[in-house]
Amino acid sequence: MMRGRWSLLGILAALALALVAPGLLEPYFVGILTRVLIFAIFAMGLNLIMGYTGLPSLGQAAYLATGAYTVGILVKKVGIGFLPASVAGVGMAGLLAAAFGLIALRARGASFLMITLALTQAVWAIAFTWRSLTGGDDGFPSVGRPDLGFLPWSLTDTRVFYYFVLVFLVLAVAVFYTIVRSPYGLALQGTRDNELRMRSLGYNTWMLQYVAFIIAALFAGLAGVLYAFHVGAIAPGWAGVTPSAEALLMVIIGGPGTVVGPLVGAGMIISVSEVANIFTQRWMMVLGATYIVVILFAPDGIVGRLKRLMPRRQTA
Amino acid sequence: MTTVALLGLNSLSFAMLLFVLGAGLTITFGLMRILNMTHGSFFLLGAYFGLAAWKLTHNFWVALLAGALATAVAGMVLYRVFLRRFSQLEEMAQVLLTFGALLVIADGALITWGGNVETQPPASFLRGSVHLGALTYPKYRFFLIGAGLAIAVTLWLFVARTRLGAMVRAGVDDPEMAKGLGINMPLLFLAVFALGSLLAGLAGALGAPYLGIYPGLDFEALVLAFIVVIVGGVGSIEGAFVGALLVASVDTATKTYFPNLAWFSLYAPMAIILAFRPQGLLGRK
Repeated sequence: MMRGRWSLLGILAALALALVAPGLLEPYFVGILTRVLIFAIFAMGLNLIMGYTGLPSLGQAAYLATGAYTVGILVKKVGIGFLPASVAGVGMAGLLAAAFGLIALRARGASFLMITLALTQAVWAIAFTWRSLTGGDDGFPSVGRPDLGFLPWSLTDTRVFYYFVLVFLVLAVAVFYTIVRSPYGLALQGTRDNELRMRSLGYNTWMLQYVAFIIAALFAGLAGVLYAFHVGAIAPGWAGVTPSAEALLMVIIGGPGTVVGPLVGAGMIISVSEVANIFTQRWMMVLGATYIVVILFAPDGIVGRLKRLMPRRQTA
Repeated sequence: MTTVALLGLNSLSFAMLLFVLGAGLTITFGLMRILNMTHGSFFLLGAYFGLAAWKLTHNFWVALLAGALATAVAGMVLYRVFLRRFSQLEEMAQVLLTFGALLVIADGALITWGGNVETQPPASFLRGSVHLGALTYPKYRFFLIGAGLAIAVTLWLFVARTRLGAMVRAGVDDPEMAKGLGINMPLLFLAVFALGSLLAGLAGALGAPYLGIYPGLDFEALVLAFIVVIVGGVGSIEGAFVGALLVASVDTATKTYFPNLAWFSLYAPMAIILAFRPQGLLGRK
């Protein structure tokens, strides 16, 4: 109970900090913070399948990009409203995961990782080659931001947009917390720890994992929709390996299988890449070195957790 | 008739390149359970090292050899300095570490060789085309087919007939037992990782006159290697061969007859194989 009260205090303190931060910072930094919030949602989705289900995916960017492109295309090319377009963006990400999950969940461990990466490349290839729809490598221009209707604020204001994203993050955390505490979430963790035993208890472990895979994609799709509003333009690189790998690193630094871990990880990784961007042209080198340093010098706790993530090779 | 012959030759030459690339990955992954994200980077490095050697000597064979050997050395360094400290259970740590190395190598290559497409001419007797009746076909592609077949036979003989090959097979089947029999596993791992990197580098140097060399080639090669290994089955050299043939023919045929579906053609065989045989064509459960 004590522990519960302390973590509640911690969450309230973090929330208070998140609420006052825009007042204390230049708009440029508020923009970076907004990116942290969006990537926290993205990484949270990955955490559900990686930390709680034991499925390390290197393909979450597929759903990020699907959410972003869907909302962009529906708003600009089809001309429907932001709200239905955003819902459709998240839904399309889930639908794609429902299809890809059938293929990827044939494998586990490192093979699962290879397959998710390869499937994402197919999405990248569509974004890159279908120029009439996506703009190819010129990017998809000027998505714009929704109008809040009756509310007196405009999302074009950096600070207002930050609070807009913060609302979604808080909702996402609440949904995530509810999922992992639910009987379904516990069954997922049971499957991660011992799939065979869960199966003999009568659980359909494949279905548990399949549903988690789709939920993770819904989180990624939401992040993609918000990121399209945030940046204003979409590029095929959003379906590339970099966002997927960044999410993986965020989850690992923050601590897989914890609710707040991806938030901390997103803050750390985005800070590093922003600082690297300011001081050097060689951000790729810095980012690469960050991966290596994190893995080499991360405390044992993090690496120890890593061991649990990969399903042990079956001895039978 | 000519179209079919062209299609066959295109598929074969592409397949042989895919095979050399994929064989390297399947060997390291099969034996060591290391999912090496730098495998494509080694392909790129092999091409650049080969080009550098070609600029110095203007000798195609020296370029091939230099590309392969220098990449093998790079692989040994990566393994000794970084990868060796992780046990086989820490696959995720290896994936992220080698992904970091992928970014560092990509940026390092960009600094060293610039962002333009580089080309390297093949040996003078391999330039130009061969005329066979109505068919005209580049000599270098024929060379690729021959070289790929020769490498396949050499690899097969090495694994099936040599003492070192027997050790590798023992290590794949039962690492504990192999250790118990007195096989020096750390040394074997180093040798195997060097072999895997050598094959990636050799594929890069072989591919340079055909594909060109450019930033981003590393990642393209990595995904291709993944697909070949998934289709063929992890750890099986024969599987890499069959997988490369299948992936290359489907891709070439699709690009010829249904160019609009080209983006799909690399991934469709993978999806279908996984649906019916999750362990890959020749993989073991």
